[in-house]
Formats: sequence, structure tokens, C-alpha cells
Amino acid sequence: MEFQVIWFILWAVLWAVYFMLDGFDFGAGMLYRFIAKDETQKRVMLNTIGPVWDGNEVWLITAGGATFAAFPTTYAYMFSYLYSALLLVLFSLIIRGISLEFRGKSESPSWTGRWDTGIFLGSLLPALLFGVAFGNIFQGLPIDAAGYHGSLLYLLNPYGLLTGVLFVLLFLVHGSLWITLKTADTISENAAGIAKKLWIALLVVAVAFLVYTYFATHLYQNYLENPVLLIVPVLAVLSLLATGVFSARGAYLKAFFASCLTIVLVTFTGVIGLYPNLIPSSLDPNYSLTAFNSSSSIYTLKIMTVVALIFVPIVIAYQIWIYRIFRHKTTELDVAAGKGAY
Amino acid sequence: MDTLALSRLQFAVTSLFHFIFVPLTLGLSILVAYMETRYVRTGDETYLKMAKFWGKLFLINFALGIVTGITMEFQFGMNWAEYSKYVGDIFGAPLAIEATVAFFLESTFIGLWVFGWNRVSKGVHSLSIWLVAIATNLSALWILLANGWMQHPVGYVLRNNRAEMTDFAAMVTNPYGWLKFFHTVLSGYVIAAFFVMGISAYHLLKKTNPDFFKRSFRIASAFGLASSILVFAVGDFHAKEVAKIQPTKFAAMESVWNTKAAADYYLLVVPDTANERNSVEAVGIPRLLSFLAFGEGQAQVQGLKDFPKEGRPPVMPTFLSFRAMVALGTLFVLLSLIAFIISRREGLDSHSKFLKIMLYALPLPYIAGQLGWIVAEVGRQPWIVYGVLKTSDAASKAVSPLQVWASLLGFTLLYGFLAIVDIYLLTRTARKGPDEDISAILKHARVQEV
Repeated sequence: MEFQVIWFILWAVLWAVYFMLDGFDFGAGMLYRFIAKDETQKRVMLNTIGPVWDGNEVWLITAGGATFAAFPTTYAYMFSYLYSALLLVLFSLIIRGISLEFRGKSESPSWTGRWDTGIFLGSLLPALLFGVAFGNIFQGLPIDAAGYHGSLLYLLNPYGLLTGVLFVLLFLVHGSLWITLKTADTISENAAGIAKKLWIALLVVAVAFLVYTYFATHLYQNYLENPVLLIVPVLAVLSLLATGVFSARGAYLKAFFASCLTIVLVTFTGVIGLYPNLIPSSLDPNYSLTAFNSSSSIYTLKIMTVVALIFVPIVIAYQIWIYRIFRHKTTELDVAAGKGAY
Repeated sequence: MDTLALSRLQFAVTSLFHFIFVPLTLGLSILVAYMETRYVRTGDETYLKMAKFWGKLFLINFALGIVTGITMEFQFGMNWAEYSKYVGDIFGAPLAIEATVAFFLESTFIGLWVFGWNRVSKGVHSLSIWLVAIATNLSALWILLANGWMQHPVGYVLRNNRAEMTDFAAMVTNPYGWLKFFHTVLSGYVIAAFFVMGISAYHLLKKTNPDFFKRSFRIASAFGLASSILVFAVGDFHAKEVAKIQPTKFAAMESVWNTKAAADYYLLVVPDTANERNSVEAVGIPRLLSFLAFGEGQAQVQGLKDFPKEGRPPVMPTFLSFRAMVALGTLFVLLSLIAFIISRREGLDSHSKFLKIMLYALPLPYIAGQLGWIVAEVGRQPWIVYGVLKTSDAASKAVSPLQVWASLLGFTLLYGFLAIVDIYLLTRTARKGPDEDISAILKHARVQEV
């Protein structure tokens, strides 16, 4: 296999894992204040993501770093073309991180209330904007010989926004299932109720997205040429259905894993449709940025492949270990005993 | 201002702001890890309280280091697209490796450290903070190897309209990068030492928790003495590397206009950049400049006039920053030495004058660190990659001045707000002193032992 193809796949994997992991942080960050009856319950929910959100976010840093190292031309254009959108993502992520860390530093309601808003916006905006960004990449950006012809407002087109809403709903369902699993009693029950309701909305939006994709993008081209690839979107739909079915039956662990799988497969569905493009041009395919015309030299790709093969498995191993250490449910007792840090 | 000037200003603001938080993380993680290890080894609860208290301050600072670091990674693509495209083949690698090898480790195990007091054994818990300490320093290594490549590009060839990597080992073993790494992390250790000594001095003056803060002060003074001497020594090697590889930067650092063999070093220099000379050169030490630059009193030091005007860095900021940094560095050795000696005798708390000095000296190593980066980056101008790519050719073409104005304004407001909150939290926590309830942790430790 060519190294460009390996890195195209790795690129997709990094984004997929990032969305799968930080996705439930975003979901929990959007939802906790609406599920909670009081401050203690809020803290219980925040403490479920406390030990892991930081490590989850690094998958984004690595996805960005991998884009830089493996596809520098794409990195350069993607980040400068989407300047204003990425700036908003950046500010939101900064605000989320700071709000999570600083919220618990004082008990006054005006203090915690402000950081609650920070966590909410810092979770909602990146979820929405990542969706908008990927929606626009799926459609292609207006690039030609003269450069880029879009703007922030241009990105907020109907298909981009629909993809944004899809991402928000995927993460909301994901996050509510996470809370269901990681808490007990009323919090868990309330979160489960919300997961079931939101899942219906997600299903509707997902169907709309699949249909609209046919009209707004060329993503299905690759599937028509290689029908065997259809297995990915089909599995994506099946895992989405499984998420709902398992939730309805009260099998929340299975539902959460089905939701993980849904997010990964939805990302793959999009990226397979893009191949070999990383950023297609909507004006002229000659100006599309592909895995081949925007990649690093083979020498660099080889070095980076060795690094990835050694270290990514190590990272996955210790992250799984950390998830196991914190596999218990967080309860109000934990928070009261001063064990919860947030 | 155009996109280029605004992007440069934004990079200066965001990177200097980022570097307020990073260096403390580099050193304080090691101190906290040491304190916790002492607790695990001796069972002495004061060490546990120390790890908790200094750890709390560490975390407030750490959070800002992390979030402002994301900006740095995004910014290369957002504002410096031409740069990223031209050198990404070689420059992207250390950044991606940093994330994979170091940043994951740091961010994953900080979670275990903060939330895991009652979840894992004492040993595993102290291991988690050691892993954080190792990872932050490892992270600095990869970032500084990347910066080292911008200062002294090696292991590449210009091909396909860009710089392509041909020798990964050359980049990883670049002496310039390694010197920069040691100089930078050691300066971070000095910051951490003065941070701990300054806050301890505050409490010793107020006579709150004297035993706790005497011990903290003592540990920090040893750490500070070792690192302030080493940062000086490495700095000397580093300056020799600069003289060899970046003669324009060295000439600007010392404000040398005319090429001279057996050059003297003047303690007092006032550059006159308009007339390309120094208006004052006083208190000379014969041949010292040649010796500092090349380790040899007879050596020839190149002057700025040897280079075309457009190839020289701005002299004034480079020169002043360098002088001030060296003066501060000398002061740190002196203060740590006194601190080290006094803290090993009885009656540290009776030296109230010295303790006051140590309290007010707390921000000085931060200033020295900022000045060091001004020397490194301003002194490299007009190049973004020394001798390979000009800064003026590196900015994004697709970005309008208006966009950068907006982002610069946004960063200034957001970072200003973060700075206020951070300083508020740090001073409040530092003033409060150790008030952590450690009974739950001790109980957990006892259960583990049974």
C-alpha cells in the first residue's frame, strides 16, 4: 500500500477516534446543567468526564499534527481558508478547558454559574463547528487558481449547517448515554430518558443528512464505483439503530458502544467518499487537495509511519488502562467526600 | 498594518503568553513529584500536604499552559500557511511526534493524578506525576527541536518548491536544538524554584505554617541553585553555538558593528543604531567577547556592518533583551546561593529582609524567560528559517488583515481575561496556604497496606 494511502486512513482514524472520545465530553458538557437538580448533581456529572477529557482532546491535537506532518499543503490551506471558523473552535476549546478546571475553585453560585455557561458554549460550539467544517469539506470548498473564495458566512450554508446539527445530536446522544452509564439513580435515569428522546431527533437528522448528501456532494461516487464499500455506511446506519434499540431495552453499555461505533463509522463514511481528496474543490477538481498532491515526501511519511506504529498502540493501551481505573460510577457520595476534583 | 505585521504581532502575543505558563509546569511538576515520592518513601504526612498544596498551584497554571498551547499548533496553519507549506515536510514531524509521544502521556496521566488519589496505590499515584513531569519535559524537547531547526536548519534539501526532510537523525540530534532544550527547561526550573521560594517566603514572613514552608523553601533552594548555575553554563555553550551558526544574531546580541579580532567585552554599551555604532562603550574587559563567542581570546568576531542592512535583525530589542537576561541570570545564581546557605541553617524565618527580596524576586525569572525568547526570535530576523525562508514570505495569502485584526483583538481580550482569573486564583490559593483535607487519602493508603 502506498504511504499516502496509509496516512489518509490514519488521518481518518485520528478524527474518528477524536470525535468518539471528545464527543461524549461535548455531549455531557452541553447536557449536565439541564439534567441536574442541584449543584451536587452537576458536580457528579462533571466528575465523570474529569479524569479523561484532557486526554481525549489530545486526539484533536494529534489529528492536527498528523495533518501538518503528512499533508502539509492541506494543513496550510485548510487552516488558513477556514480561519474564522477555526478561530471560533479554538476560543471555544480554550473556554471549555478553563471553565472545567476553574469551575470548582470557588463555591459561590455566581462563580460556578459563569463557568457553567463557559462549559456549555465550549462544548456546543466546537461540536457544531466541526460539523459545519466537515460538511463543507464534504461539499468541497470554492478553490481555484486564484485561491479560496469563501468566508465564514459562506460556510454556514444549509448542508454545512445540517452536518453541524448532525454532529451536535450525535454527541448529545453519546454524552447522555455516557452520563447514564457513569452515574446512578435519578441522574442516570434522567440522562437515559434524554438519550432516548434525542435519539429520535438524531435518526431524523441522520436520514435527512444521507439524502441531502446525495444532492449536495459527490461522496457517493466512490461507493457507486466500489459497491463493496457500502458496508461502511450500512453498518453506520445499523449501529445508529442499535443505539436506539439497546437504549430502549435499558442495555446502556451496549447502547454506548453502539454510539461509539456510529460516530466512527459516520466519520469513515464521509472520508471514504472524499478519497483521495482531503479537501475537494467545488469549482474545479484540478485544484482539489488530495492525499497525493498535498502529501509530505515518502521519506517523511515513512518516518512518521514508524513513529505512529510504535506509539499509537502504547497511547491506546494506557488510555484504556485509565478508563479501567475510572470504570466505577460517580455518585453524590464521591463528590461529598471530596474525592471529586471538579 | 498588513496581514504579515499583524500575524507577527499575534504570534508574539500568543507565544509569549503561552510561555508564561509552560516553564513553571516544567519545573514544578518535578518538585511536586519529588515531594510525593518523599511521602511515599518516608510516610511523612507533611510531604503529602506539600504535594497537594504545590500541586494545586501547579494545576491552576497547567490548565492555562494546555489551552494556550492549542493556539500555537493551529496558528502555523492559520497565519503562516506559506511557511507551513514550505517547511511542513520537516517541521510538521516534530510537532506530530510531540503530540503522540509526549502530550498524550501528559494529558492522560494528569487525569489520574488529579482524580486518582483514592483509586490507585500510593506508588502508582506518585508514578503518575513523574510521568507528567517526564512528558512535559519531553514535550519541550520536541518543540525545541522544531524551533532548533528554524534556527539552524539541518537534514533537508530544497526540492519540489519546498524543504524536504532527508535526514531525520540530523534533525533529532541538531546540537542547536538540544542546547536550546537544556537552556529552556533549566530556565523553567529556575522559575519553579523562585515560585516556591517566593510563596514560601510570603508565609514565613507571616509566620503561617513555618515548618511546612521552611521545608518547601529548602527543597526549592537546592533545585534553584543547581538549575540557575546550569542554565548559565548551558547559556554560554548556547551563545557559542549562536556565534558560530547565526553571526548576525550574535552581533546584534552584543551590539558589535565592526568585525574585530581579540574583541573586548564592554560592561556598559549604548548602541546608536542610526549611525551604526555604539555611542558609549565603557568598562572593557580585554578579549572577553572573543572568548565568550569562540572560547579563544584571539578569535575574530563578525560585526553587523559585514552584513547588508536588510539581512540584520533589529539590534536594540535583541541587545537589550540579551543584556537584561544575562544580568538577571547572574542575580538568580546569587540569590539561590544565599537562599541555599541560609535555609540549611537555623532561623530562616528571622531573615525577613532576604525573605522579602525572595518574595519580590518571584516574577524576575519569568521576565528572563520572556527576554530569552525575544533574543531567540527577534534575533533570527529577517529569517523565519535561518538562511532558508524570510519571515516576509511566510504569512498566509488567503487571510485578510481584517481577519487577523479580529483574531488579534479576540486573543488579547480572551488572554487578558484568562490572565486576570489565573492571577486571582493563584494568589488566593497561595495566600490560603495548605488547608487540604488529606484524611481520605491517608485512609485509602492504610486500606491499601492491609
